[in-house]
Amino acid sequence: MTTPEVTPLLERVQHDLEGRLQALDAPLDEAAMVGIHTGGAWVARALHQRLGLALPLGTLDIAFYRDDVGQAGLNPQVRPSSLPFDVDDRVIVLVDDVLHTGRTVRAALNEIFDYGRPAAVLLVVLVDRGGRELPFAADVVGTRLSLPRHRRIKLSGPEPLHFIIQDTA
Amino acid sequence: MNAQLDNQGRLRHFLTTEGLPRPLLNQILDTAESFTGVIGKSVKKVPLLRGRTVINLFFEPSTRTRTTFELAATRLSADVLNIDVAVSSQSKGESLLDMLRNLEAMQCDAFVVRHGDSGTAEFIARHVRPGVSVLNAGDGRHAHPTQAMLDMFTIRQHKGDFEPLRVAIVGDILHSRVARSQIHALNGLGAGEVRVIAPRTLLPRDVETLGVRVFHDMQAGLRDVDVVMMLRLQRERMRGALLPSEGEYFKLYGLTEEKLSVAHPDAIIMHPGPINRGVEMNSAVADGPRSVILQQVTNGIAVRMALMSMLLGRAGGGEDA
Repeated sequence: MTTPEVTPLLERVQHDLEGRLQALDAPLDEAAMVGIHTGGAWVARALHQRLGLALPLGTLDIAFYRDDVGQAGLNPQVRPSSLPFDVDDRVIVLVDDVLHTGRTVRAALNEIFDYGRPAAVLLVVLVDRGGRELPFAADVVGTRLSLPRHRRIKLSGPEPLHFIIQDTA
Repeated sequence: MNAQLDNQGRLRHFLTTEGLPRPLLNQILDTAESFTGVIGKSVKKVPLLRGRTVINLFFEPSTRTRTTFELAATRLSADVLNIDVAVSSQSKGESLLDMLRNLEAMQCDAFVVRHGDSGTAEFIARHVRPGVSVLNAGDGRHAHPTQAMLDMFTIRQHKGDFEPLRVAIVGDILHSRVARSQIHALNGLGAGEVRVIAPRTLLPRDVETLGVRVFHDMQAGLRDVDVVMMLRLQRERMRGALLPSEGEYFKLYGLTEEKLSVAHPDAIIMHPGPINRGVEMNSAVADGPRSVILQQVTNGIAVRMALMSMLLGRAGGGEDA
């Protein structure tokens, strides 16, 4: 299994995202980008700079919205979420490093809707590793990987950004 | 082993700040910090404790404290029952344990307990079934640990590190569960120097053993302090002949700009509320630029959310997916 390089994925995602925003008639000075802690926030920061978005970058820590708090407990290192713009009627670009089961995306959407009602949400991920447990699909994907369940792909950062593949068993 | 911790050192109940290790105290403050963002949203709730039930069991009235616990639980999406025991089962002669068993049968997950007798919260904690947590919302003269932690949170917001701080606690130390919990929390967090300032009649005999410097004079006690924590004076102490009069108390121990002039210029002023204006402090200080009293009230919700979430969700943390 070859571990994907981050820079080419960022370039591809940037290009595809610009196209999607144009198709949605969402100019770059109106779209709002939100990264999911931790890896998604690093990717979002890089994309935010590359695209030169006008609105400040938002970050979400979805710990309070996870569906497994009863089993896994609350992570003590939760960072406050920050959405420094009006969510209502805005196109939100939600960014994560890896899309797997879809549970993080569900939690992130729930949290975003507690801030307001966006016009649309685009999901951007660098890696889609499959294994969905909920019906979510990303709008923009850097690359697709097929990994066995006992293996995990994780973004390491913030500088430099690189992926590592680990055994979880 | 601290009775409120499980065998892995995690909070199982929250009964006192005494003996809590520094990392755990910091974890409470860090978790509270993360909840401050919740009030910035249009929906001021998170679904963390959805489906859980919290019972506020108040054996003595306290609208303010009960309301902040209720709001904290509600913002975590828990269901909340408020039981005012003074006018319910206790007056019918039902024993505490019988009442507890009946409430547990309603499948509650946590009790928030306020009682006039020291040790009641711990007694209840020892008798609840496994999986049920107890939060002490004030017991007798013993402890008021959530008040102390919201005070610590407010201090950290303004001052950052505890180690260089000089903190003065002023007033009725003898009868104050707040003061006791504040002293334990400050020492646990490594505050540089904790002072108590009070007349001799309002100090416990062995107060130095708590790890504080004792002052009877405001001028000396407030010199160079970074934080001034005023205590509420119960008016019955006057009737109990522990003090000559309210006027005399204010003259000697009431906080004024003049008395504060010896403190550090950036010193903050705190009070657990409600303030007896003209007794513990005058309005110029209570409403002045150095007062953080209203921030304490706001922070009380975040701190109580943090403690409830730590108790009702097992500690740990999941993996992103």
